[in-house]
Amino acid sequence: MTPRRSLIFDATVRLVFDGALVVSLYLLFSGHNQPGGGFVGGLVAGAAIALRYLAGGLDEVDAVVRVPPWAFLSAGLATAAAAGLVPLLAGDGPLHQATVEADVALLGHVKLATATVFDAGVYLVVVGLVLMILEGLGEASQGGGEPGGGDAP
Amino acid sequence: MLLPLIGLHAVAGVAVLAAARRWGRRGLVVGGAAPALTALWAATQAGAVLDGHAVTERATWVPQLGLGVDVRLDAFSLLMTVLVSGVGTLVFAYAWHYFGSSDKVGRVAGLLTLFAGAMLGVVVADNLLLLYVCWELTSVTSYLLIGIDDAEPQARAAALQALLVTGLGGLAMLGGFVAIGQEAGTYRISELLADPPGGTTTAVALVLVLLGAFAKSAQYPFHGWLPAAMVAPTPISAYLHSAAMVKAGVYLVARLAPAFATSGPWRPLVVGVGLTTMLAGGLRALRPFDLKQLLAFGTVSQLGFMIVLLGLGTPGATAAGCALLLAHGLFKAALFMVVGIVDHDTHTRDVRGLPALGAGWTPLRAVALASAASMAAVPPLAGFVAKEEAYSALLNGSGGERLALVGVVAGSVLTVAYSLRLAAALWRPDLVSEAPAGRATLARGPAPAFVAPAALLAAGSVALGVAPGLWSGLVDGAARALDARSGTHLALWHGPTAALALSVATLVAGAVLFTGRRTVAAVQARLAPARTGADVYDGVVRGVLRLAARVTSVVQPGSLPIYAAVVLTTASLVPTVGMLAGDWWPGWPDLVGRPAHVPLAALLVVAALAATVATRRFAAALLLGVVGYGMAGLFVVQGAPDLALTQFAVETLSVVVFLLVLRRLPDRFEQRAPAAGRLHRLVVSGAVGVFVVLMALAAAGSRTAPAVSREMSARALPDGGGRNVVNVVLVDIRGMDTMGEITVLVAAGIGATALARAGEVPRRRPPLRGARRARQEARRP
Repeated sequence: MTPRRSLIFDATVRLVFDGALVVSLYLLFSGHNQPGGGFVGGLVAGAAIALRYLAGGLDEVDAVVRVPPWAFLSAGLATAAAAGLVPLLAGDGPLHQATVEADVALLGHVKLATATVFDAGVYLVVVGLVLMILEGLGEASQGGGEPGGGDAP
Repeated sequence: MLLPLIGLHAVAGVAVLAAARRWGRRGLVVGGAAPALTALWAATQAGAVLDGHAVTERATWVPQLGLGVDVRLDAFSLLMTVLVSGVGTLVFAYAWHYFGSSDKVGRVAGLLTLFAGAMLGVVVADNLLLLYVCWELTSVTSYLLIGIDDAEPQARAAALQALLVTGLGGLAMLGGFVAIGQEAGTYRISELLADPPGGTTTAVALVLVLLGAFAKSAQYPFHGWLPAAMVAPTPISAYLHSAAMVKAGVYLVARLAPAFATSGPWRPLVVGVGLTTMLAGGLRALRPFDLKQLLAFGTVSQLGFMIVLLGLGTPGATAAGCALLLAHGLFKAALFMVVGIVDHDTHTRDVRGLPALGAGWTPLRAVALASAASMAAVPPLAGFVAKEEAYSALLNGSGGERLALVGVVAGSVLTVAYSLRLAAALWRPDLVSEAPAGRATLARGPAPAFVAPAALLAAGSVALGVAPGLWSGLVDGAARALDARSGTHLALWHGPTAALALSVATLVAGAVLFTGRRTVAAVQARLAPARTGADVYDGVVRGVLRLAARVTSVVQPGSLPIYAAVVLTTASLVPTVGMLAGDWWPGWPDLVGRPAHVPLAALLVVAALAATVATRRFAAALLLGVVGYGMAGLFVVQGAPDLALTQFAVETLSVVVFLLVLRRLPDRFEQRAPAAGRLHRLVVSGAVGVFVVLMALAAAGSRTAPAVSREMSARALPDGGGRNVVNVVLVDIRGMDTMGEITVLVAAGIGATALARAGEVPRRRPPLRGARRARQEARRP
């Protein structure tokens, strides 16, 4: 089936996409001290990917995200679990916090809490969930809202 | 050393399973080393243990639950260990020839090792809960072993039956254990027996425990699984059904009897069930032509005998029971092996189809004869010594024991008859069934190494009979470990006693019964109950399945409106009733907090109402989105940027997901429900709305303690290292909750995807991974 794609929508989505991803990462890292966090960050990234889907269907999503959704889900869960378990090795309780502060070139004074690692796991899970939903419910290529094009290539 | 030995079973078993394909039957050597080492170690400990110095070891496990790995090897456990590990080792040796190069042998070896370890755990556990765990492990491993020929429906059914029956019994037993443990304040078996609790609770608990023991030891009416389990390869039968699995119930009854025999319904229950089993099993053993079937019912009968002796809890009977345990292990394992060899080499174990056995078979037939004679209690064999003990103990007992004696003698007469039937099947098959004319003679006997384990066991039966001093100490020590008042001195010749007269009478009566087998068979055929144990089991299983189907069809009608109505009504009514019962009305709150609330609330109300009357699905979805954004606006006004941000993102994504789903649904809502249905829905929706408002008001007004959020805010920066309290709560203070939630997210994602694809025809759309790959390949030039 030949997808009917809107050039303007397509171009706009591409423009917005990278910015949205940056915002989502910003939300992830700033979350500990300002509004944001892994969950919101993941949702924003998911929304950005959903925009790509609206523009070009699953083909478009596949082109942007090379890894399958379940890889995101498992990586996220593993990251969060690791962040929870590693403190046990150091003799602390699970999910114990540690902060690292350093002066980094370009970025200036940076303070990183181990909670960010945990949050990154949450971020990945949320992104994975959105991808999973698109994968499960979406169509291979999304033409201008025409239903019924669901045959696999 | 005890705990490491149990661990060795586990490690060796898992290793053999893992390398099943690579090692093949060499796995039997690796796995068999575990019981062999255990048997050797037990032998080295025998001196001290028989002097009354039990070996105890402990490792704490879950101290809060009183669950420790407490093991204790006293003389009775030693006797059981000799049986479990000694016979176990021989079974491994036997399996070497039996399986040959079968591809199943690796799995059998690994599972047998695990099974032997679990059984060892049962007989040395000194904690009720540990005993239960090992007990269930034997159930699980025996399930796998019985069903080892998993391509055979019959094997699978038999395995399932064994698991269901013994597993359900095990659950009853667990209930009994917990009740006894709570009543006594300890789960240590040794402490419990030293100071047994009494009272009604204990009596009920004991009945539950006995249920478990009866199911495990194949007592009527739970016996059906044991004959059915005969579909398993013979080494497995020989082990599970002579030395191990079924002896677990006997072991437990023996352990508890001295302390609990006088409390509650123990004695009548145990003796009644045991005698019924002994007699009914014996009668059934007179009928089959399948030798293994004959042995299986013989085992059922003998188990009943052991349950009677060891369950009586009197010193004499206990000692006799210990002797019988050992004697039975020896002759029954040997007989199973013999039947297995016959089956293996002639490809049948049906007397009617058996070829005439030539000269090469004489050693095997001798083994069978000696073991069957021991089973029939012919002097001078081990079985005779044990039976003499039993008779004289019951003769010297009180009224109840005399009553039991009558049943035991009757059962023993049957035992003699079916032992004769078994021996005759191998020596004079024409006595058992009309021989088909001109049956071929099979001159070549089985390999000597194949017969060796059975021969060793048979030699044991002879040696222990001729020289009772060999095992007198072990049986005496075991009996005294169970009951300090007990003890015995085994002897072949007690002089002309009443017991001897009974023994002789039993043998004669049994021989007469065998001689008159045609008449007996005719009577049995006429009196045979229309429903056998297997029918009862089938009926129960069918009934349960039908009940489940009916319940499911009632509670899962498959109608979305009904589900939604039930869930929503319950969710709104139940808490409301609870709420109204207390002092809940906090008074109306300040309805308009800030000016910005008014337009936002108006937007929310209008959008929500519009969503309910929208006729197009897409419009309804969008209106729901508007409601969501309105909520986010309220959050902004209230000064909760985090919540607002999340809400915005969620709403945006929800609209996309709606788009995905709506594409597959008709554009407009279908014909509205009839008026009655609409009213019904309206009522439910109204109830939910009222409930939510009331609940919110009540919850807000019911605070009695200072809010925990204050402390969270105060500790966010110093403890969590973050200024965003919401985020610190999520990732640190309630980090475990978040961990759980993202796990739920993952499960939900997988579930939703699977559900979305559930109805699709696979041809139209390849499975998930395949769909991706297909798309990627389609893109490739």
